[in-house]
Amino acid sequence: MRSHLLPEYIVERDYTKCTRCKVCIKQCTYGVHYYNAVKDTIESKSERCVNCLRCVVFCPKEAITIKRNLNNYRENYYWTQETITSIKRQAETGSAILTGMGCDKPYPVYWDKLLLNACQVTNPPIDPIREPIEIRTYLGRKPTRIELEINSGDISLKTDLAPNLCVEAPILFAAMSYGALNLNVHEALVRAAIECGTYFNCGEGGLHSNLRKYGNHIIVQVASGRFGVDLEYLNAGAAIEIKIGQGAKPGIGGHLPGEKVSEDIAMVRMIPAGTDALSPAPHHDIYSIEDLRQLIYALKEATEYMKPVSVKIAAVHNSAAIASGIARAGADIIVIDGFRGSTGAAPRVIRDNVGIPIELALASVDQRLREEGIRDEVSIIASGGIRSSADVVKAIALGADAVYIGTAALVAMGCTLCQRCYTGKCPWGIATSNPEIAKRLNSADAYRRVVNFMRAWSIEIKEMLGAMGIDSIESLRGNREQLRGVGLTERELRILGVKIAGE
Amino acid sequence: MSDILNMSETSEYTEHVIVKDNRAIINAEGLHYRQLNALLRALSARGIKTIEIHNIYGQRYIGTGLKGTLDIKVYGIPGNDLAAFMNGQRIFVYGNAQDGCGNTMNDGLIVIYGSVGDVAGYAMRGGKIFIRDDAGFRVGVHMKEYRDKKPIIVIGGKTGDFLGEYMAGGIILVLNLRGKEHSMRFVGVGMHGGVIYVRGKAKHVGKEAKIADVNENDLHLIEGLLKEFSEYFNQDVNVKKIMECKFTKIVPFSHKPYGKLYG
Amino acid sequence: MYTERNRKNLYDDKIFSSCAIFGMINLKGERFTSKEPVRAVSCMRERGNGLGGGFAIYGIYPDFKDTYAFHVMYMNTRAKKRVERFLTRNFRILLSEEIPTENSDVILDPPIFWRYFLEPLPPRLKDERADGDEYVVNKVMKINAKIRGAYVLSSGKDMGVFKGVGFPEDLAEFFRLDEYKGYIWICHARFPTNTPGWWEGAHPFNILDWSVAHNGELSSYGTNRRYLEMHGYKCTMHTDTEVIAYAFDLLVRRHKIPVELAAKVLAPPYWEEIDAMEPRKRLMFMALRQVYRSLMMNGPFSVVVAHHGELIGLTDRKKLRPLVMGVEDNVLYISSEEAAIRFISPNLDKIMRPSCGEIIIGRLERSRVMEIPTFTRMVQIK
Repeated sequence: MRSHLLPEYIVERDYTKCTRCKVCIKQCTYGVHYYNAVKDTIESKSERCVNCLRCVVFCPKEAITIKRNLNNYRENYYWTQETITSIKRQAETGSAILTGMGCDKPYPVYWDKLLLNACQVTNPPIDPIREPIEIRTYLGRKPTRIELEINSGDISLKTDLAPNLCVEAPILFAAMSYGALNLNVHEALVRAAIECGTYFNCGEGGLHSNLRKYGNHIIVQVASGRFGVDLEYLNAGAAIEIKIGQGAKPGIGGHLPGEKVSEDIAMVRMIPAGTDALSPAPHHDIYSIEDLRQLIYALKEATEYMKPVSVKIAAVHNSAAIASGIARAGADIIVIDGFRGSTGAAPRVIRDNVGIPIELALASVDQRLREEGIRDEVSIIASGGIRSSADVVKAIALGADAVYIGTAALVAMGCTLCQRCYTGKCPWGIATSNPEIAKRLNSADAYRRVVNFMRAWSIEIKEMLGAMGIDSIESLRGNREQLRGVGLTERELRILGVKIAGE
Repeated sequence: MSDILNMSETSEYTEHVIVKDNRAIINAEGLHYRQLNALLRALSARGIKTIEIHNIYGQRYIGTGLKGTLDIKVYGIPGNDLAAFMNGQRIFVYGNAQDGCGNTMNDGLIVIYGSVGDVAGYAMRGGKIFIRDDAGFRVGVHMKEYRDKKPIIVIGGKTGDFLGEYMAGGIILVLNLRGKEHSMRFVGVGMHGGVIYVRGKAKHVGKEAKIADVNENDLHLIEGLLKEFSEYFNQDVNVKKIMECKFTKIVPFSHKPYGKLYG
Repeated sequence: MYTERNRKNLYDDKIFSSCAIFGMINLKGERFTSKEPVRAVSCMRERGNGLGGGFAIYGIYPDFKDTYAFHVMYMNTRAKKRVERFLTRNFRILLSEEIPTENSDVILDPPIFWRYFLEPLPPRLKDERADGDEYVVNKVMKINAKIRGAYVLSSGKDMGVFKGVGFPEDLAEFFRLDEYKGYIWICHARFPTNTPGWWEGAHPFNILDWSVAHNGELSSYGTNRRYLEMHGYKCTMHTDTEVIAYAFDLLVRRHKIPVELAAKVLAPPYWEEIDAMEPRKRLMFMALRQVYRSLMMNGPFSVVVAHHGELIGLTDRKKLRPLVMGVEDNVLYISSEEAAIRFISPNLDKIMRPSCGEIIIGRLERSRVMEIPTFTRMVQIK
């Protein structure tokens, strides 16, 4: 069938600068550039270009420019370039269109409509550079009250405390499976988590034996495929997370194609190499809330109640009621993943149309748990497109105890959001298990980049807290007073529990 | 409290003041600080060189806005911001002072026969403050030097947290004479100039400051201040014995402590 | 001149309070007159702006010692009728009368002040399966939240709060405080940053016999309030100080945490200090801080808190607001400024400034004395 599709991008080369060093050929994993021996020049197959910018970054002469193809369909607000192209592609392939990373469509971004307070006169701002600002937080189940034993001048604690995770900053590394990412990335993230005093969620692909020694800083995930899940795995991490869904593709399962299931991945997942790794949409032993409770306690028994158990859901319409159920089912931490969350592979139509923004979900879950009087018994982690330290601060003010970051960590390492993760050809060596490409990502370098940006965010968070006159993150949690909305409707303000700027 | 009165004549307040040669004694009972300070200015303009104030309970800004040489002796408890912006006069307080003592002081002398509250010597640029007993929190915040001006604060007891916060110049000396264990935390946070001496150890020091070795010059300086201190307070201060103690010297790492934070 | 404010909870405004606070307790329980407390707070007149003041006095109703004394402020007579109907349904009213006031040129357009001496009705108590105190708290929250124009200023036994818009000295005259004698007085002079004066916004704030006068502003107010609302306390006074009173009630009365540790909930040690403690102590302080993290008070504060038997002073953990304490014979003074104490007691035995987060407790001699926990830093006068 003749393809009617046009290249999205056009590669332009400045031949006055190009020295034919062939770095671009080496670096491109999509086979765009090639050497024409006859003409002794480097030429490009623009139709393969995905705008990952790897060759642009690495070209020593800055000779390459990637441009959007000027051959566009006629301007149409409704039938967009993407819409038309998708239909034509489906006409040629008969398949659902896949994509990677998070929803890129212009739905409202509530983070950008919330503004933070600062103290003036009636309360002094605190300078984080000189005065202590505490951003440590504990995640897990907490009792509503404590019992003390008082014996002639001596007071001690009688209540037993449930196990909690201690994070030095309210930011954890989100679940990204081994298979979606390669071992270099996992290693970099775990080591960064240790350095930053936080945790890395190893995702649903199991935990590689090389990383077991870092178990104290890892959250192990139990997803519907139960890949790599055995007693040893469950006890290897500091906490266990039951993955019910994720923001990028709520309600559908996951699929790692057999070609990507290498020997190593197969070993960690405990499945035969070369077979597809399928994660069904639901856990087939969880069809109702009481089933979830059953699984939670099974995990607690398996780990002798020594690890907090977390449940991760995608942000959907009745998240508040679901979260309440999860809290009562015995979960210690609830993770809500908004629709901007990223993925290695998902049908684009699901990624862009299913799920709701984390800001609204978080606000309503926090409010509902408070109305039921159970908010303080569990911790809430918000995730799904946390882009900056400002988003972190706003998330906490809306009610989260902490946030998970996925996309941001990958961007720090090199990702340019070209959305082609599902091809396994990630030129930055991140979302690929091809050992030739994966070795491009130097684990030590990636670790350094992640640690740097975490440090920068911590500084920024403290600056914002100090400006608000708050010296401890506990006093910001759920403190909607510190937020004001701009460009929001009455209903939106009400759901967010936030006043309009000026009030 | 009515608006400020025309104080060119002090006759309205004759029942509050007794004048003898170039000395005056004020009974501050019932006087608002505006009246009291206007009185001080008027008396000073008339050539009075020594003023005693009695029955003072919390009136503020004593020593502010005065010109020329003047000694003020305060019997009682002056209010906040004693000697704020003071420019060359001398104040002796026979008792405690409250918060803000020597706020943005430019020159002069303050001697407190007691303790002071918080935020003493804030943004002080010159002059000296001697405190016999303890000082509160945030002493010497943003003290600074300028040309030949070098502010000095000497404390006979101990201080609270955040001593010398954001210090840019000058000298603070904490003698801790009663020898009790002090728990000063966050000493010298944000420091980028000046020097702090503490008799004994100073464990909890801000990350912009470091502990340095005490040399001959330092000891000479400390001894000089200690002698001045003992003269004012007539204390049984055995200068020799105290100079044998170990002093901790705290100085900034650099004049630009925050270069690496922003980029 | 008074304007009723919009009651929608979402849009209530936080009114800042800065000011002067003062407290005095006779540790032998001997009751004294208003003369000294009023003189002391008038010495600190500079700290207020005449838009608020108040007093909480303990031991003023010896004839009704065991009944709950409700001081209620009414903006209109309809509110009074509604409240009285409510009280009749829920309490046995031993006495109901107007709180005597004096006409004043400076206290303008005052609301109606009434007091009731109440006992919970036994069958209602049984129905609600509550003890007297819990019952009263529920009823007070109901009145403040549901009956427009009525505010319960205090609801403790043998004590009362008198407050409003004006300088404290003028309010003392207005309420004829020279006719009362108490063994604890706490006073407050306010400097609110909006006008017109909001009568309910004056300090001290009270629930049962807990009264609080506060100098500062809570940047953690949003967090504190939402936590307390989850536990049934309604924050209706549009002022952050309210949460301090409810926090003490929750921690000390409901959850039975000793008051010294309750102070450590409001102003907890830094994590690095907790990490360095010995294991048993560390576990306890970690538990305290984790479980009650939403009650941590952030922002500058000095508070004077009173309840029967104790007068308490506390500052925030950076000591952003001043607090001084003095002792002479059997009297403990706590004040924003030393001058105020010396003004009324020139011959003090002792004067001291607490450090950040350090609690001062003046405890009545004859009350049940709990041994001082050896690890908390505090000053106690026996």
